[in-house]
Amino acid sequence: MAIAHGERARAPLAPASIKAAAGYSLPTFAAVIWFALGAVTFGWPQAQAWPYTLAFALGATGLGLLVLLSALLAQFWPPLAQRVRTGTPWIALLGGLFLLWEILTAKLALLPVPFFQPPQSLLEVFLEDYQRLGESVLRSVWLLARGYLIGAVAGVVLGMAMGWSPKVNYWSHPILRFIGPLPATAWLPLAFFIFPTSASASVFLIALATGFPVAILTWSGVASVSSAYYDIARTLGANSRFLILKVALPAAMPHIFVGLFMGLGASFAVLVVAEMMGVKAGLGWYLQWAQGWAAYNNMYAGLLVMALMCSGLVALLFRLRDRLLAWQKGLVRW
Amino acid sequence: MVGSTASNPAVADGLAVSVQGLSHSFALGDQHLPVLDHVDLDLRPGNFVAILGPSGCGKSTLLRLAAGLERPAAGRITADGRTINDPDPERVLVFQDPTLYPWRTVRANVGLGLEARGLLRTQRHRIDEALQLVGLEGFKEAYPHQLSGGMAQRASLARALVNDPRLLLLDEPLGKLDSLTRLSMQSELVRLWQEKGFTALLVTHDVEEAIFMAERIVVMSPRPARILDEIVNDLPYPRHRGDERMHGLRRRALALLGLDASW
Repeated sequence: MAIAHGERARAPLAPASIKAAAGYSLPTFAAVIWFALGAVTFGWPQAQAWPYTLAFALGATGLGLLVLLSALLAQFWPPLAQRVRTGTPWIALLGGLFLLWEILTAKLALLPVPFFQPPQSLLEVFLEDYQRLGESVLRSVWLLARGYLIGAVAGVVLGMAMGWSPKVNYWSHPILRFIGPLPATAWLPLAFFIFPTSASASVFLIALATGFPVAILTWSGVASVSSAYYDIARTLGANSRFLILKVALPAAMPHIFVGLFMGLGASFAVLVVAEMMGVKAGLGWYLQWAQGWAAYNNMYAGLLVMALMCSGLVALLFRLRDRLLAWQKGLVRW
Repeated sequence: MVGSTASNPAVADGLAVSVQGLSHSFALGDQHLPVLDHVDLDLRPGNFVAILGPSGCGKSTLLRLAAGLERPAAGRITADGRTINDPDPERVLVFQDPTLYPWRTVRANVGLGLEARGLLRTQRHRIDEALQLVGLEGFKEAYPHQLSGGMAQRASLARALVNDPRLLLLDEPLGKLDSLTRLSMQSELVRLWQEKGFTALLVTHDVEEAIFMAERIVVMSPRPARILDEIVNDLPYPRHRGDERMHGLRRRALALLGLDASW
């Protein structure tokens, strides 16, 4: 008992000392890297004058100061301490990579120029072309949202109907099996010909790409619901509406979410291709446009923004799943 | 049975059940597998009847037919004189598995019947009453995976009782519990039956359980199930497991099941 007490008294000390050490040394290290990036960018003469070199140097130095400041504040505010501890190694690594990039391009000019430009030219794109980039993001999100929502709803409805009614299943299943594996982009020429506008054609294609995996997984989810679940509800007075909405749908929800994630991935691919081929707006178009003008820094910026958009949307879907499927937390590893 | 009727004041609440010439079979490919063979059985309101038989003999099918989940191939079951064709919340089935919905909390699981019948808004308080009845009032917000086997089965019992069933069909409800939990749940089920006054039809292959709990024990043959004989246990409740008079009943039941050589 005494030993247990002693251990309990000593136990918090060890993590605290680690925290103190990490609280000082790692953020300091990260800040030094970013300071070095600022100093190298500003002080090392360049083979070629790049715009925004000073702004980039100042930004790097500012970020270093921000790291130091948050490490300092974390001493007084524990929630920030957790974030600082998990984030700092990555901030240090990113600073190192930027430093390497800056030296290889702007300072030593070792890499061929139009394809590889220093980080400050990326900054240039964001500072000068933010309007066009921003509009492209909004257009992409709007197009994607329409197609994805239509596809997701249609997929869930069709999957539920297939799981519920043998007749619907008999007629839909072979069609899904035959047409489903076809990539939605293969319909592109036909869709642009049939639909009045390229935007409506793209909405249709995105909905198709989303709807197929959602329908298949919803169907398999409903099909795998234990018949005892229905028996229970029926003996307690449930009608078929209740059985569909309150038993089959929630029971199939984990499957449905797998379909929604697959559909989201497929919809990104269709979105970019559709924007490159016909829509003349959005991030896909921006990439195409940047390539046409050999504006490679714009292309990198566009790719970066697209990565942020896609990962942001996936994170949003994860959020939704965590809310709706909170009951699974004790059953499945997330 | 006089003694038990006296100890069961709410007896008028139970359904009168009559099984008449009931036969049923399953289709296995193009073959028919008979499971019930001309079964006749009468339950008076408030009776506690156990059906005892070897596993796979068709006992559970009888309960599914009584619940109205399936229709019999021949014969019929009536409740208060009306033929049972469809499920009805006055006849509730409790399965061997708790079959709680994993996405619902205990409270929402227990409220399932009220919700299905659109009574949730007006009769929400009955959920709490049912949970109290089975001793789960502290676990309302728990999810099924957080419950032990015994607690989950209690929750499924509360889900049945919240509807004030007039006939409780118990399909080996204690079969998967550990033996200590099973013994305490046997007493608890008897207590609930005495309190509520429903008619109870229990399917089990546990001889001791049937004799300890029921007023009448119907012994069935292997498939296709026929009624071999009926044992009447008119010992008053609460009963005691050590009661010498139970021994004779157990021996008779085992003899009917062809297991008396081990006595």
